[in-house]
Amino acid sequence: MTFNWRWDFTWEILPQLLWATLNTLIAAGVGYAIALVGGLLLALAQRTKWPALTFVVRELIEFIRSTPLVLQIFFVFYVGPQFGIFLSPWVSGIFAIGLHYSAYLSEVYRAGLNSVAPGQWEVCRALNMSPRVTYVRIIIPQALAPAVPGLGNYLVGILKDTPMLSVIGVMELMHTANALGSENYRYLEPFTLVGLIFLLISLPTAGLVRMFERRLRLRLGL
Amino acid sequence: MSNTDYPLELPEHDRPMVRFMNVSKSYGRLNVISHLDFDVAEGEMVTIIGPSGSGKTTVLRALMTLETINGGVIYVDGKPLTHMPRDGVLVPADERYQRKIRSSIGMCFQHFNLFPHMTAIQNCMEGPVQVLGLSRKEALERSEELLKMVGMIDKRDQHPSRLSGGQQQRVAIARALAMRPKVMLFDEVTSALDPEVIGEVTHVIRKLVAEHNLTMIMVTHQMGFARDISDRVCFFYGGSIEEQAPPQILFTSPQRDRTKQFLSAVKEAV
Repeated sequence: MTFNWRWDFTWEILPQLLWATLNTLIAAGVGYAIALVGGLLLALAQRTKWPALTFVVRELIEFIRSTPLVLQIFFVFYVGPQFGIFLSPWVSGIFAIGLHYSAYLSEVYRAGLNSVAPGQWEVCRALNMSPRVTYVRIIIPQALAPAVPGLGNYLVGILKDTPMLSVIGVMELMHTANALGSENYRYLEPFTLVGLIFLLISLPTAGLVRMFERRLRLRLGL
Repeated sequence: MSNTDYPLELPEHDRPMVRFMNVSKSYGRLNVISHLDFDVAEGEMVTIIGPSGSGKTTVLRALMTLETINGGVIYVDGKPLTHMPRDGVLVPADERYQRKIRSSIGMCFQHFNLFPHMTAIQNCMEGPVQVLGLSRKEALERSEELLKMVGMIDKRDQHPSRLSGGQQQRVAIARALAMRPKVMLFDEVTSALDPEVIGEVTHVIRKLVAEHNLTMIMVTHQMGFARDISDRVCFFYGGSIEEQAPPQILFTSPQRDRTKQFLSAVKEAV
């Protein structure tokens, strides 16, 4: 067995992999945006005065967290059409990954919301604030700062989970590398490059999240 | 008493700013307030004293609707607060009705509860802008004036984390006043403060008493302060008023044994 790295092949496939990286970033970015909003909604839905809604949302979150992402992707893409929902691989993939991470992010938000001092709620009531003003102006800004590190971890997590989309044919990084490999009967270069690219994205992301948290805390005066 | 025995509105000739009518509050089997009747006249400064667990803070919290009561009715400015009229009888108030009545009450807390993510001036402006619908300019003017009044105008752009306890409490008082309440509640506002800064907060409250015709109810452990500024002092024991009188009478010649015991115990602690 010899280690045989071919630079010419490397340079040949690199542009294609970089294009695919863009797809990966879009999938992760849009999926994460969905999860940021969806997670907050799922967290807030557990705080209404209707216990039935809380129950349904809790069960939904438990269900999503206890079943594999791949299954959920398959479900949206292959089972959806039986209910008249026809989505492209891209849309169903991003929707599934966004929903999946919504469940995880909702738990981070929930912890953040719970960490806001009870006195803050009381003073909002004493100032006669509506629930909307209370949440939007007072509670959520305070819940965000402690939630940022947790939210940031899942940003790296969602990025690393985008290869799952290859199972329904989304041309993200992993799928592209695999295709290049089987076309040329060479897997060493494509997969090594995929690993390097993921590493190059993940490492700075974690640093950026830490920086963002510091700046947020500073801006909020916390 | 059933709900039909309570008036839908207090009559013109008998309309205190605050009236507790047969109010009870319990947590499970523990009665915190039992069958309390308690009036506060417009412009009156009433201080509530008593041992811990006597229900004094609960009185304020019930009036601020931070606690729901189990029995009786609370009226503010003649209108029911805890209940609302429907089909000629009083039913428990819904949130919308309560918001309307609650707007005439303001409260300051033991632990200030300033919004940590806002500066002093933003803390004061938030309610007027978001709740009363004032323009930012109007809210700013009102807040600046109040921060001047409490002596905090030079710290207007500081976040609460940069302020001492006494300074935070003064901002909290300005914030509550910015809502222009008719009744102000002070719940042990000096209890969490270091002794050397208590004076700056009591000074502000003294000023309020002297210069404004606000109705105020205060729970405090500072007997000297209560004696100086109150129109009436109520000694609470076991969830109801054991004895009440103007301070010069209650502090010098209390009638009830429990009042005497409490006052002498407090005196020894000083």
